[in-house]
Amino acid sequence: MTPQEICKRLCDRFGQGVLATDIAGKHPHAVVAPDAWRAAAEFLRDDPELKFDYLRAVSGVDYPKESKLVSVYDLISTAYRHTFAVKVETPRENPHIPSVAGVWPTAEWHEREAYDLLGIVYDGHPNLTRILLPEDWQGHPLRKDYVFPKEYNGIPCASTVNP
Amino acid sequence: MREHGQPITTPGLVIPDPVNYDIGREKVVETDSDLRTEEMLINMGPQHPSTHGVLRVMLRTDGELILEATPHIGYLHRCAEKIGENVQYHQFVPYTDRFDYLAAMNNNLAYAMAVEKLAGIEAPKRAQYIRVIVAELNRIASHLVMFGTYGLDMGAFTPFIYGFRERELILDLFEAACGARLTYSYVTIGGVREDLPEGWVRKAGEFLDYFQPKIKEYNDLLSYNQIFIKRTANVGVIPADRAIAYGLSGPVLRGSGVKWDLRKATPDLVYDQLEFDICVGEGRMGQVGDSWDRYFVRILEMVQSARIVRQALAKLPSGDYRAKVPRLLKPPPGEVYYETENPRGQLGFYIVSDGSPVPYRLKARGPSFCNLSILNEVAKDCLLGDIPAILGSIDVVMGEVDR
Repeated sequence: MTPQEICKRLCDRFGQGVLATDIAGKHPHAVVAPDAWRAAAEFLRDDPELKFDYLRAVSGVDYPKESKLVSVYDLISTAYRHTFAVKVETPRENPHIPSVAGVWPTAEWHEREAYDLLGIVYDGHPNLTRILLPEDWQGHPLRKDYVFPKEYNGIPCASTVNP
Repeated sequence: MREHGQPITTPGLVIPDPVNYDIGREKVVETDSDLRTEEMLINMGPQHPSTHGVLRVMLRTDGELILEATPHIGYLHRCAEKIGENVQYHQFVPYTDRFDYLAAMNNNLAYAMAVEKLAGIEAPKRAQYIRVIVAELNRIASHLVMFGTYGLDMGAFTPFIYGFRERELILDLFEAACGARLTYSYVTIGGVREDLPEGWVRKAGEFLDYFQPKIKEYNDLLSYNQIFIKRTANVGVIPADRAIAYGLSGPVLRGSGVKWDLRKATPDLVYDQLEFDICVGEGRMGQVGDSWDRYFVRILEMVQSARIVRQALAKLPSGDYRAKVPRLLKPPPGEVYYETENPRGQLGFYIVSDGSPVPYRLKARGPSFCNLSILNEVAKDCLLGDIPAILGSIDVVMGEVDR
């Protein structure tokens, strides 16, 4: 299916749940409301004409100017070989997005990574802990306003050794 | 869950009979006497020879039986994505070398292709062929390391020497092409950094003449070795549907019998003009998707890669080896997600551009990261000694897991 057809199928099913679409660009995607996302994910995976059985990546992006954090889900269908992406937006101050680790188990680690580096809280995640950084790390480095620490547990950081 | 210190009643614990050991017909020993075990936490790594780098696995065991295997990663985290937001597009190429450092050519390629798609650049035909040649040679080199280290994990030292003997020749070819032996930065945005030197094509052909008969040697030495088969067959079986659900890719996915290869599914470069087959696990020594299948898919892929390189060398056109790309590249605002088939699976880049010379966001999806995430599910209910067999067959490179 083309991105247009995929998008239309998603809009027909969820109507208000699809907030915006971008089909013309190099990364065709739909923006889905957090409330509708879990059901939409199951629909994308199980619908016989979509069959997005393979979640390629979950990428978090910080947009401080618009005061939002975005979680980007890139999907591909191993049956039909078509691709599509879904974005879920959440306010920067209180970022909550339903977890889809129950839909695609691969999301478990990807969501932990986005939580670790951007601080997006995935509700319903089986084990939402830091994955790459130490457990006692402060802050989320991939946020645009992240301030590099001067030291970590008494170890001076490189930026302060060679300013 | 059994209380601590209680005798085992129905463990389903498979204890192989060392004398009459027959694959697939292990004797299940029911013990209800006074054999008591205790749950134990075993810390494997981060410094451990069979974790292939700084991977730490917390194992919860009951005797020899693994109840839970939790990978702890991040020991090699070098903030590649944060660096990506602070350097220009061309400057990030050397950082991609350090992802999967056994396949730096393929990493360069995935990144270059993603940026090219974002900026609307197309590499010339000659560059595309050179890219296919170096990518497939690097695939062979990477699989040779897996072949060697997997033998090492299973207690055989010789395959390691054999694998590195041939890999050395590939590194020599790469050194001749770009000067580096491990971190190449050879495939750059718009093409390749330099043209192939004189006589390189002939030398690459000679290497293939030498290499192709060696595959039989590998099979005689390791693939069909009875000890090796007994250590790997029926161990760590991943069913096809679980492999897809966990986003596995590369030989780990194909080992489970899934005919999925991005070079065929969404062909880029000139792969659609070259003949090759997708190799999948067939369960020749046990069940489909066991460790032996994952291992053997890589041996088969080396044959196919050699085939691809031979065709590409014959078809290599003359012309430019790179497109004109501005030194200060400013892709138009937009975003792109692009994946290519690396030796370990699908390496993807999600790049957001805001029109400035620096990426707004650069996310890398490393195949080893996803491949490792299934470890707990596979290792559960295996024996402790099977962990190296499973980990080695998944073949993670920590540089790519932690980025």
